[in-house]
Amino acid sequence: MAAYTLRVNGEAHDLDTDPAKPLVYVLRGELGLTGPKIGCALEQCAACAVLVDGEHTLSCNRAASEFEGTEITTIEGLAEDAIGARIQDAFMAENAAQCGYCTPGIIVAVASLLKSNPGPSDGDISEALADHLCRCGSHNRVLRAVRNAISGGQADAA
Amino acid sequence: MPRNPSLDNSPNLDEWIVFEDDGRVTVRSGKVDIGQHVSTAVATIAAEELDIEPACIDVPIAITGIAPNEGITSGSMSMETSGEAVRRAAATAKRHLLGLAAAALDAEISTLEVNDGLVRVADSNKTISYWELMSGKAFEIEVDEDIDLKSPDQFKYMGVKTVAKEMRDIVTGGHMFVHDMVWPDMLHARLVRPPHYWAKLKSIDEGAGERLADQGLELVVNGSFIAVAGSDEWTAVKAAERLANDVSWNMGDGLKSQDVFDSLLSNRREAFPVVGGVPQEQDVPPLGNPPADARLTLAAHYERPYTMHGSIAPSSAAAIFEDGKLTVWTHSQGIYLLRISMSDALQMEPADITLHHALGSGCYGHNGADDVALDAALVARQIPGRHILVKWTRDDEHAWEPYSPAMAMRLRASLGDDGQVIEWSHETYSDTHIMRPRPGANRAGAARLLAMRMVENPLDAPVAEPAMGFHIGIHRNLDPLYDFPERRLIKNLVRDLPLRTSAMRTLGAYSNVFAIESFMDELAEAAGADPVEFRLSHLSDERGRDCIEAAAKALRGGAEEPPEGRGWGFGFARYKNVQAYAAVGIELEVTDAAEVKLHRAVIAADAGQVVDPDGLSAQMEGGLIQAASWALYEEVTFDQDGITSRDWDTYPIMRFDNVPDIEVILMQRPNAPFLGAGEASSGPAGAAIANAIYNVAGIRMRRLPLTPDAIRSAAMA
Ligand code: FES
Ligand code: FES
Repeated sequence: MAAYTLRVNGEAHDLDTDPAKPLVYVLRGELGLTGPKIGCALEQCAACAVLVDGEHTLSCNRAASEFEGTEITTIEGLAEDAIGARIQDAFMAENAAQCGYCTPGIIVAVASLLKSNPGPSDGDISEALADHLCRCGSHNRVLRAVRNAISGGQADAA
Repeated sequence: MPRNPSLDNSPNLDEWIVFEDDGRVTVRSGKVDIGQHVSTAVATIAAEELDIEPACIDVPIAITGIAPNEGITSGSMSMETSGEAVRRAAATAKRHLLGLAAAALDAEISTLEVNDGLVRVADSNKTISYWELMSGKAFEIEVDEDIDLKSPDQFKYMGVKTVAKEMRDIVTGGHMFVHDMVWPDMLHARLVRPPHYWAKLKSIDEGAGERLADQGLELVVNGSFIAVAGSDEWTAVKAAERLANDVSWNMGDGLKSQDVFDSLLSNRREAFPVVGGVPQEQDVPPLGNPPADARLTLAAHYERPYTMHGSIAPSSAAAIFEDGKLTVWTHSQGIYLLRISMSDALQMEPADITLHHALGSGCYGHNGADDVALDAALVARQIPGRHILVKWTRDDEHAWEPYSPAMAMRLRASLGDDGQVIEWSHETYSDTHIMRPRPGANRAGAARLLAMRMVENPLDAPVAEPAMGFHIGIHRNLDPLYDFPERRLIKNLVRDLPLRTSAMRTLGAYSNVFAIESFMDELAEAAGADPVEFRLSHLSDERGRDCIEAAAKALRGGAEEPPEGRGWGFGFARYKNVQAYAAVGIELEVTDAAEVKLHRAVIAADAGQVVDPDGLSAQMEGGLIQAASWALYEEVTFDQDGITSRDWDTYPIMRFDNVPDIEVILMQRPNAPFLGAGEASSGPAGAAIANAIYNVAGIRMRRLPLTPDAIRSAAMA
């Protein structure tokens, strides 16, 4: 067991777990944040994506203790963030999910993209989502929602 | 008009609609929402006939003993049966409520109007609400199946875009799947599976049990069924991985590893001629010589490998066994049938088993949901009094789910002097598509649950009965909708094939339509005809023609030819010949690396009266994307030692970088009956892709998937 501190969605949590325990299990188990999903635990589907210092990061394989000293944001924390909330609203308006299992990871990826690049091209968007699998075929709606979130953001800025 | 099966099972209005004390309405549907927002459509339908805001209506999750028994949520039947049943229940409720209101307000029924559940006598301030009228009482009447329904010009909610109720939770991470459930006493369990279907437990390393006990973990061994359970999920995951190395197996004969496409044609089989979509207990007529007046005769052979549902969440279930009673939380599509099957498997009374529907990720048919429910029950019975949450791993899901069978289709057709088809023969070869747990001979319900092959005193792998119903399984959409004069249609249920198979989205329809619609293009070319015109010249069904014409117009946009370097392809079918129509057009390119790049897709669909246009479009889009994924990428691979496609690298699926722009055109058919639509776009999409590849590259692809390797070797051949 090892003691470490994680900052998640703006709050600090003191933890004492197996140091090798991957971040997603700590988020879901110890912290009760079940928004990040486990789809493969192999870094192949991106259902577990979270933001680490704003960067899109897969949480199913890397040990939680490695993330000490970073700022972690999960889908639950994104609602508090202007860009995150705008993306969530855009996904709702487009019904951009069927079962919704892949959605938290996808929204996290979009948030990471828009934070670093407010006006991405279609190519940038598909690249940002390249790791994300969706089996229900919600892809077109997701892409539409992302474009709407971008234009909404640009309208706000104008 | 045939009786609605849901209403036959559950005729009492009180089983469908309850006015709650808190000003809300509960509408029960025995259908489970499998990621297609069915409950939103059900609420919309009830709201429309009742004249209540859809937001006031709850459609709760199904529980055995409480929800109407509507069998399985599948085959796109949710709207045709559940939707129509709820619509009649709501209309019956409204008529009853207006009767009560007339008495309470001392007015003629014809003078009453309703707005959001408030009944008013026209031009007066005399009002009473539905809830006041019911005041906690039951209806105690039956649903009137022949009741008058609203006409489309009266619709307020149907046909309008809605945002599905669960979207807020989905986008904020609050949508609870069974994987997310927590009880204070809960144990997480993981399984240690054999290497393949036929391997049996030989031994477990002696120290393993002690090592697990030292970590506070429980070991469950029942025959070759092995599980590890503990309060910390990660500890259970690691322990199961470690235990897998401590277990040795008797491998038996292994999987039959000869080429499945050879086996499909050479293995023993049962063959039936199919007439009007129904197999006949008759000898199969031989394929004779082509008719004497044939101008030309073509034959072609199409194939599709085993494919998997590939749900993004590995299957999961929770269970607790307490005081001789079992409670299970499951994302099964048919909780009543699963309950009976589990009661046989566990040798318990059905009354002692309660199943709650809980959310899984999209399942697209019979995936591991039912199997994992029994897994959870088996672990729970060994560790009574505690909630057990079992999750399959990605490896479990990829290696053990019941696949969609490999299929082979042999077609031959002759054209007459006028270029029209004068004879058509289509033989389909496949393993069964129908292995959902449901009671039947030889303890079929139990035997169809995976773990029953592993437990002590196991059951043999079940043997499929040939499905003899209308457009089921192998012969779904075997009968083309075209006006061919002579058709010889043969279903072959092939035995002794290597992999476990069951129902996956569209069952046999995808492969049959892929074959039919590819062959139609081959025939059109032979006849020197445009592929769209060739189809239209063989189709008198007006609604089908409208779809084909609309798709062609949208794809071609007035141009004669696709843009430079791109190909166009079409496909069409009416699902089961009685459900929704869909015509699909695809525009794609084949790159120098022989990769297929999808650019545009159009879908023209006719699903009868549209309840939720955006939801319907979403299903059409989803069906097309999944079908494109099957066509381009997917194949379950295996050898004697087991399945070799055990993750997303070895079983790739569609990604964001290759989804086309999709335009969906919904035909307006006011008040035509709802037609199941969830599976309509898939078959036409597969064929349209193959046809577009031919159009741009001149390579006729007859075996899926259409990978670069396959395209290169076809180009050389
Ligand atoms: S769960 Fe992390 S990538 Fe799939
Ligand atoms: S919405 Fe179901 S996997 Fe993406």
